[in-house]
Amino acid sequence: MPTNYLPTSAEYLRILPEIVLTVMGALIMFLEAVLPDNRKSVFVPLSVLSLLGAMAASVAAYSDPGPAFHNMLLVDGFATFFRVLVIGVGLLAVFTSADYLRRENSLTGEFYALILFSTAGQSIMASANELIVIFIGLEISSIASYILAGYLRDDPRNNESALKYFLLGSFATAFLLYGIAWIYGTAGTTNLTEIRAALAGGNPSLALVSTAAALMFVGFAFKISAVPFQSWAPDVYQGAPAPVSAFLTVGPKAAAFAILLRVFITAFGSIASSWTPVVWGVALATMTVGNFAAILQSDIKRLLGYSSIAHAGYVLVAVTARSGEGSAAAMFYLAAYAFTNIGAFAVVAYFSRKGERYTKVDDFAGLAQRQPAMAAMLTIFLLSLIGVPLTGGFFGKFYIFKAALDSNLVWLTVLGLLNSAVAAYYYLRILVVMYFREPAEPVEDLPPAGAALQVAVYGSAVGTLLLGIFPSWLLEFASRAALR
Amino acid sequence: MTLLDTVLFLPLIGFFLLLVVPKDNPYASRMGALLVSVVTFAASLGLIAPYWFAAPSGWHFETSVPWITFPPIRYHVALDGLSLWLVLLSTLLTPISVLVSWKYIDKRVKEYYAFLILLEFGLIGTFISLDLFLFFVFWEVSLVPMYFLIGIWGHERRIYAAVKFFLYTMAGSMLMLTAIIYVYNKSGTFDYPAILTQLQSGQLAFSARAELLLFLAFFIAFAIKVPIFPLHTWLPDAHVEAPTAGSVMLASVMLKMGTYGLMRYCLPLFPDAARGSAPWVAGLAIVGIVYGALVAMVQPNMKKLVAYSSVSHLGFVVLGIFSFTQQGFDGAVYQMLNHGVSTGALFMLVGYMYERRHSLEIAAYGGVATPAPNLAAIFLITTLASIGLPMLNNFVGEYLVLQGTAQTNFTWVVFATLGVILSACYMLWLYQRAFYGKASEPVAHHMFDLTPREWAAILPLLALMFWMGTFTQSFLPPISAQNAQLLQQTTVRRAGLSRPINERRASAPLVVEAARAH
Repeated sequence: MPTNYLPTSAEYLRILPEIVLTVMGALIMFLEAVLPDNRKSVFVPLSVLSLLGAMAASVAAYSDPGPAFHNMLLVDGFATFFRVLVIGVGLLAVFTSADYLRRENSLTGEFYALILFSTAGQSIMASANELIVIFIGLEISSIASYILAGYLRDDPRNNESALKYFLLGSFATAFLLYGIAWIYGTAGTTNLTEIRAALAGGNPSLALVSTAAALMFVGFAFKISAVPFQSWAPDVYQGAPAPVSAFLTVGPKAAAFAILLRVFITAFGSIASSWTPVVWGVALATMTVGNFAAILQSDIKRLLGYSSIAHAGYVLVAVTARSGEGSAAAMFYLAAYAFTNIGAFAVVAYFSRKGERYTKVDDFAGLAQRQPAMAAMLTIFLLSLIGVPLTGGFFGKFYIFKAALDSNLVWLTVLGLLNSAVAAYYYLRILVVMYFREPAEPVEDLPPAGAALQVAVYGSAVGTLLLGIFPSWLLEFASRAALR
Repeated sequence: MTLLDTVLFLPLIGFFLLLVVPKDNPYASRMGALLVSVVTFAASLGLIAPYWFAAPSGWHFETSVPWITFPPIRYHVALDGLSLWLVLLSTLLTPISVLVSWKYIDKRVKEYYAFLILLEFGLIGTFISLDLFLFFVFWEVSLVPMYFLIGIWGHERRIYAAVKFFLYTMAGSMLMLTAIIYVYNKSGTFDYPAILTQLQSGQLAFSARAELLLFLAFFIAFAIKVPIFPLHTWLPDAHVEAPTAGSVMLASVMLKMGTYGLMRYCLPLFPDAARGSAPWVAGLAIVGIVYGALVAMVQPNMKKLVAYSSVSHLGFVVLGIFSFTQQGFDGAVYQMLNHGVSTGALFMLVGYMYERRHSLEIAAYGGVATPAPNLAAIFLITTLASIGLPMLNNFVGEYLVLQGTAQTNFTWVVFATLGVILSACYMLWLYQRAFYGKASEPVAHHMFDLTPREWAAILPLLALMFWMGTFTQSFLPPISAQNAQLLQQTTVRRAGLSRPINERRASAPLVVEAARAH
């Protein structure tokens, strides 16, 4: 037995965020069983504190970066960026859900425990440097997400959403696992750095490695809802409770992109010339299918679901660029998208009223006059999704397409940007309905937005504008942390 | 903090102030907007100081501070002879638009004025940005308030028009953004003067193919905004559906963003491609001139008529730009201002009539001169200005454009002049049908004469029509000085690719000579 078997304290620090999240998640599960019903509101502040603690732990872990547990984890700038991002997403999701769950009479500890577990899984994915750990992180995150998607179990839409998510998600995970098995068979290791070294040595045959890479890409493509593996996304995002959709369109996707970048740039960097054309095609198809399908939607959650497919396509453009600048752009984009999309879903959760009865685009008619502040916030988020300057979404797109042009992807850039002009159409439709139409019939009054929801909405808006007016600090960090 | 920064940011501050005005007090919103826009206009008058009896070229009121460190994007603004009058046009027309909307806008007043003032911010910013990226930001930012102005306060088909307007411009902008990023990747900077320096020193050079593609990307974005035939189809919709002030700002200032962009960026950055494409662009401009005029002639709707006349007038501007002569450039810039003044006035007058009779159909009028003689007189003066009567403003611009174009290609002039004749036909015919004849009962009943507020809004434009038509030298020297520099920047650098077409460059027109002597 080697003498250094016991982990050092530095190694514990490097996994502290996950420890905090799982311990607190388990504690909340326990409290759920013992607390009387009238004390259940304690879960919201408790999970906020847990997530803040985990975020602080991520930052603290970065003060002493390095590998942990025999190179299974790697805490570097890249990992820290995504850890803070997914934990921040969890935080916004908690704020979004508090009022929503109270409205639906379903405020329980399970929900918050599941958010914490899912976030912990994503956080593991962000810092994993080893295929099996990646798989474990993915499973932790996914299983919690499947349950969250069907959280309101009396609602048939929730059930459909959860089942679809579970079946297709497991299917995708199987592909990923199969790819991992192949790569272990050819390279003899599951550690990303060692795989890179083995591939650079040129020993394993290209055909075997490419097959493994392709299988793993299928797995990732499912998770990020890239074409042709996108069909689950609109159904799931439409069916799940709105705060959960907000969480699912952002957190798991960001983590999946983190491992996609990590695996394809670190491990498969040397065979890039064989996967770049595939990703090129998938990126274009994802943007185009997402945008054109979104034009036809009448349900706003489904519309945002298709739009999230399109946005995954933009991030894939950054992956195709296959440069430090490209991965920095992808990181920035995901951060901007996180604020924007959670904000948009939070407003939708508020406008949809009890039982989510008003989620058609036409139901938003005249909201600008009755709820000017919330409508203005949704306007900011939609403008950011369109990519209008002074919003984070604009700089995200700008950096991505700049990186793409740097890598001479001229056509992908032109087609991608024209795609975003197409996208403007369906986002504008929501603005049109909110601002230019009068409500068709007298509709029931909206209760004023709760404090937690306001934190989520205004916080997201501030984040969106901050990244749109002063984007440098985040991009600088992303550039330093980016994988090359 | 220069005066120019003040002029730029006053509307932005005003926008935020208007947001906190209580919603149930429309009068406060109106007064607030008027105050902000008048103060901005007063401040902007100070921008003339460097050009007072002088015609310096180069940048004035320059500010350059870093905004975003990576990629290096700077807040870099300055004024030159090209942007000076366009900024003043924006600051002048905003208070006028506030006055025009005073009674007409009675719902959601607070938001209306907030958007109008935000629009002013975007427009001024577009004209003074010297950083390609900053320019793009303002270009896009100005789009949003106009979208809401048309979509909320417009007429029946306002939503269709607003969305069409947004999407057309957006598609063009995306191409321009691609080109901007490409230029940045080649040059390492967004700073416009720095890029020009690199181009002139030969440090930055594009291959002929790349230059053509870049030129086209910029050109299409600007051509949509101008609009150049066949990209003009959004314009009649937007104009007809927009509220009066929206039409005024759109026609008078926003369309100039396109022609300004052509002169500021397209020509100096890609001179070879621009000269190479000149015959094609001039061809499109001439088609636009004649087509716009012909379509205007058969319009039963007054606003649509004026909108199509804009297509025709802007064709002159484009023709002047792509003649690559001093007079052509001068005429183009002058014509931009003229169009801003006279078409803005036309839209206002049509708006006045709509407020009385609630119809834009020419057939609903007839005999208006009897109950409203002052309105009729002012409409006549504006009509005459618009068709280019000597002593009024449009004549100078059109003449310079035609003279400049004649040095390049005389055939173009022959066809373009057709537009001048046609414009007299459709405008005078409109005037005849709307104002002469016997006043029908509803016309006699509803068409009361101008109110003091309406006088106040139209008088400045009326004065400008005479002033710009007679004392040309008050305006032209800074423009000419700037254009001389532009002409030099666009001389062909790569031999053998395109013919130098202004070998027979004539001396500057008499008015300019006179002004310089002055």
